[in-house]
Parts: sequence; structure tokens; C-alpha cells
Amino acid sequence: MTEKVMDQWSLVLPSTQPPLADRMTRDLGGIYTLWLRDVIRLWRDRIRLVGSFIQPLLFLFILGGGLSPRLGALGGARGGQALGYQDFLFPGIVGMSVLFTASFAGVAIVWDREVGFLKEVLVAPLSRTAVVIGKILGGATNSVVQGSLILALMPLFHLHPHFGQIAGAFLVMILIGLTQTSVGILLGVRMTSSQGFMVLMNFIILPLFFLSGALYPLDRLPSWLSLASRLDPMTYGVDLLRHALTGIHYFSVATDLLTLGGFLLVISFLSVHLFNKTD
Amino acid sequence: MIQADDLIKIYKTRTGKRIAVNGISFHVKEGEFFSFLGPNGAGKTTTIGMMVALLSPTSGRIKIDNLDVTKYPHEVRQRIGIIFQDPSLDDRLTAWENLEFHGRLYGIPGPARKKRSEFLMEVMGLSERRHDLVRTFSGGMKRRLEIVRGLVHAPRLLILDEPTLGLDPHSRRNVWEYIHTVRKEVGMTVFLTTHYLEEADGSDRVAIINQGKIVALDSPERLKKSLGPEVLILKVQDKEAFRKYLLDCYPSITEAIREEEGGLLSFPMPQERAESPWEFLRSLPFPILEASIRRPNLDDVFIRYTGQGLADGRQGNNSGGDQ
Repeated sequence: MTEKVMDQWSLVLPSTQPPLADRMTRDLGGIYTLWLRDVIRLWRDRIRLVGSFIQPLLFLFILGGGLSPRLGALGGARGGQALGYQDFLFPGIVGMSVLFTASFAGVAIVWDREVGFLKEVLVAPLSRTAVVIGKILGGATNSVVQGSLILALMPLFHLHPHFGQIAGAFLVMILIGLTQTSVGILLGVRMTSSQGFMVLMNFIILPLFFLSGALYPLDRLPSWLSLASRLDPMTYGVDLLRHALTGIHYFSVATDLLTLGGFLLVISFLSVHLFNKTD
Repeated sequence: MIQADDLIKIYKTRTGKRIAVNGISFHVKEGEFFSFLGPNGAGKTTTIGMMVALLSPTSGRIKIDNLDVTKYPHEVRQRIGIIFQDPSLDDRLTAWENLEFHGRLYGIPGPARKKRSEFLMEVMGLSERRHDLVRTFSGGMKRRLEIVRGLVHAPRLLILDEPTLGLDPHSRRNVWEYIHTVRKEVGMTVFLTTHYLEEADGSDRVAIINQGKIVALDSPERLKKSLGPEVLILKVQDKEAFRKYLLDCYPSITEAIREEEGGLLSFPMPQERAESPWEFLRSLPFPILEASIRRPNLDDVFIRYTGQGLADGRQGNNSGGDQ
């Protein structure tokens, strides 16, 4: 060992430990740190982004391309000009892309538990509430990036919204991302097996997607289906997205925002609560 | 540094209750190297869980650096560096990123974080690999990185939960060299749990823990001395008759008689007899086929206090045993 190395032991003497920052500073720092980790991992696995790009393309070009000649124009219930099926479908698929990615962001917390990394986070001096918020933000970021890749295909679908509408679409993607990541984390908080999580999530994710009106207009549904659609939080997210991008919508902006926002608050509160009570 | 008083932890299970820690008390002084020695499922990891506020005690109290763990969990955690029994690194991140993550979580400012990480990695011989993904590291390197990480926030207490579990003998020795270097240079309090006797042997004091209770607590030397100066290892024709004779004549060693490989029996020199071991051997009414004498080790101590070998726990090594 060199002299230089010997000298530096003073760096790690307990007396060099800074005093503990106040609760708020620690938690905000922790949230940022957890988010940053997810972003680094996302960037490192960017090939995965390309992989999950394929599925939405199948829906847009094969399902959309196949049905579009037979369906003719689909009109909005309130406002908006009639659109070809593919153009109608596009906002729904942007929503789907965010939904799917966000759902599986919740598995990250189960993975962290499986590989032991969660313990490293849990013994750090920050609250569990901060841990949950950090994970939700990380997962939401991931899903919004994924959704943006689809959104970038906009010019192919006769959609030329102005800047304000695109900004609106981003806000909606963030909202959907946060909501669905919270759902994933709520399920993942107590789970110890990522396989179990995947199975459960697959049960949930398809009904959420099919009922959301991503694939069809909501205005002439049989009453049981209409009711089921209204119970699906994703419905309001897709409605907002379609509203922002095409002008077609079935609910008012206020209804959409209040329902989705309220759902997000309830779910994230439950996740935090459950995580705080877990040993 | 650590004051634990009458700690009890009871888990509720589907079939009822399981008492993991059953009334443990111990005090560890500042700068002391203190070990918990016991088999899997003895309550070692549960005790650590209560020290870092991951688990709340069912009753009793634990203080770290005079802070009640239940009341000041974050203040306590900041004073503790912990190396877990199972790996706890993010293997999709680089070594450096893992350290950055840790430093940020503990609120260490950038420059200090960087300097400490660089220095500690150099000490642990990891500098070359700092920008490699952790998944490419060997088991020993991961452990060393975890030690670095545990030190980045300059803790006052270092907790090592079975730090060499699953490592090959070479890596074990290597990891211990580094731990001793850190202890020598920084002089921090170290709390170790292990079921390797030779690891506990190096500590200032050892608590032998079995089924949630501390059954003996003293320095390794004193514990060994409590068995008397010698352990006899004998081979006789009729083992069972010999064992019965020992039990009848020397009740003081009842707990400590042990069968070793090759049909040998080992037991500490009975304290009822004052003469030398050789005279004792000559007085036995059995023909002795083989005999040897050695100093007692912690293994003998462990058997004396628990009536079972540590090896029993080591064999069925289910790592989830004492979570």
C-alpha cells in the first residue's frame, strides 16, 4: 500500500460523517436517486425500447390496416371531424404503449426484492414513502419514453396537431404512466416472485386495454360493455389522448382528469400505505 | 455502541407463532469487535433486522449510539454500514454507479462521495474494474464492493451478516484481510454474525446464540478456558459402554461428548479429575486404541453450550433459514 493510500483513511473515519439532513431534503434526494437509477438502467437496456416498439406497430399497421378499408370513417361523438380507422386507432395505441410499459415497471420492485437490492434501499435513511414515489416516477418515465416513440409516428396518420396539443398529449402520457406504474407497484409491494407478478399483471392488463376504447368508439356500445368501459380508468386516459390529438372525445376534459387523477391518488396512497406496513 | 435489552421477536406464521429471538441482552462497547456465533435459524439475522429498524421488536429495546432504534430509525441507519448475508448489489449497474447510488441515498455530498469511493476501491483492489457492470464480477469481488459501499458514508458501526457465506476459501481469506485492514485503520465497532468458528475466534467477545437465546458470552479465550485446558480424543473398542461410563462418572462433561469422524470420541478433560490427562487415561477401565490431546476450540465451546455441532446447521444450508 502506498503512502498516499494510507493517508486517506481519514476520509472514511466516522468523524467525517456529515450530520443527517432534514427529512424533506433526504427524501427528495432519495426520490431523485431512485429515479436516476431507473433512467440509467433504461438507457443501458435501450435495445429493449426497440423490442417493445414492435407490438404497437402490429396493432397500428396490421389490425388498423386490415380493418380500415371496411370501416370507413369514424366520427366523434362530440366534435372532431370523421377519421379513418387507423387515424382513430393511433391515440389508443400510444396509450396502450404507455399502459403496457408502465404495468411491467412494477415488476422492478419485485426483481429488486428477489436479487436483494431492495434491502440496500430499505436500510438507507429515507422514508418508505420516498421509495415508493421514486419507483413510481422511474417507471412512469420509462413508459412515457416508450409512448413518445409511438407518438413520433404521428405524421404517418394524417394528424398534424399544433404544439399545444402535443404538450397536452405528453401530460396525458405522464398521467397514464404514473397511474399504471402505481397499479404495478401496488401489486408488487408484497410479492416475492416476479413470475407471479407477471401472471397477475397479464390478467389485469388486457381487460384494461380492451375496455379502454383504444380499439373502438365508445358511443354505440351495448350497455354492459359501456358500463364496464366506464369502470376502467384507462378509458379516461385514452379519451384524453384522443381528445388532444384528434379532437374526438366521449367525456369532458374535467371528467377525464378528475377520474384519472383521483384513481392515481387512491392507488399511490394505497401503495405507500402497504409498503410502510411491510416488514 | 449497541445496547440490546431483553429483545424478543415473534413472527406470526400460518400455523401459529414462531419465536425467532427470545429475550436477548448484550452491550457492545465503542470500537469492539463483537460476534454472534450460531447455526442457521438461531436468530442472528433477525437481531440485525431489529438493529437497522427493518423489523420492530415484539418487546424489549435496542439502542445504537445511545439512540433508540424504534424512535430514531434514520439517525441510527446513517451510523450503520451493513453487509448483508445475501448479495444486494444492482448487477445491471457498474461498480461505480452502485457506490454513487449509495452515497446519494445517504446524502453524502458529491466531492466526498467521489473521493471516498475512489480511495476505498483502490484499497480493496477494485479500481481497475470500477466501470464494469457488477454482473461480470466474481463472488469475492462483489463482497469487496459491498464492503466498500458499506463504508462510503463513514459509519460508526459496521455490521457483517455472514460476510463470507458462499465464498471459496481463498476469497474468504481475502475478504477477511480487507476487513481487518479497515478495522485497524478506522477502528470502528464491528458486529459480526457467523457460523464459521475461526471467524468468530478473531473477535473481542463472542455471544453464542442458539434457538433465539444467548447461551454464552465472553472472550473466545475465556470461553475456551471454561472447558478446561485440554480436549481428549479417544478411540476405544466398545464406544457405547465407554460413553455410558463417562456419563456415569463425570456428569460435568455430559453435554460436551462428541462423536468425531473415524469412530473417535472427543470430550474435555473432566474437571472432577485434578491429575494430568495421561494419568487420567491410564486410570480408565477400558483399553484405549488411540488417543490424542488438543487445546479446546470454539467448536468444543459451541457443543458444550448447545449440545449440537455447528456443522449440523452448515449442512442443510438453506439460506432463507433465519430471515
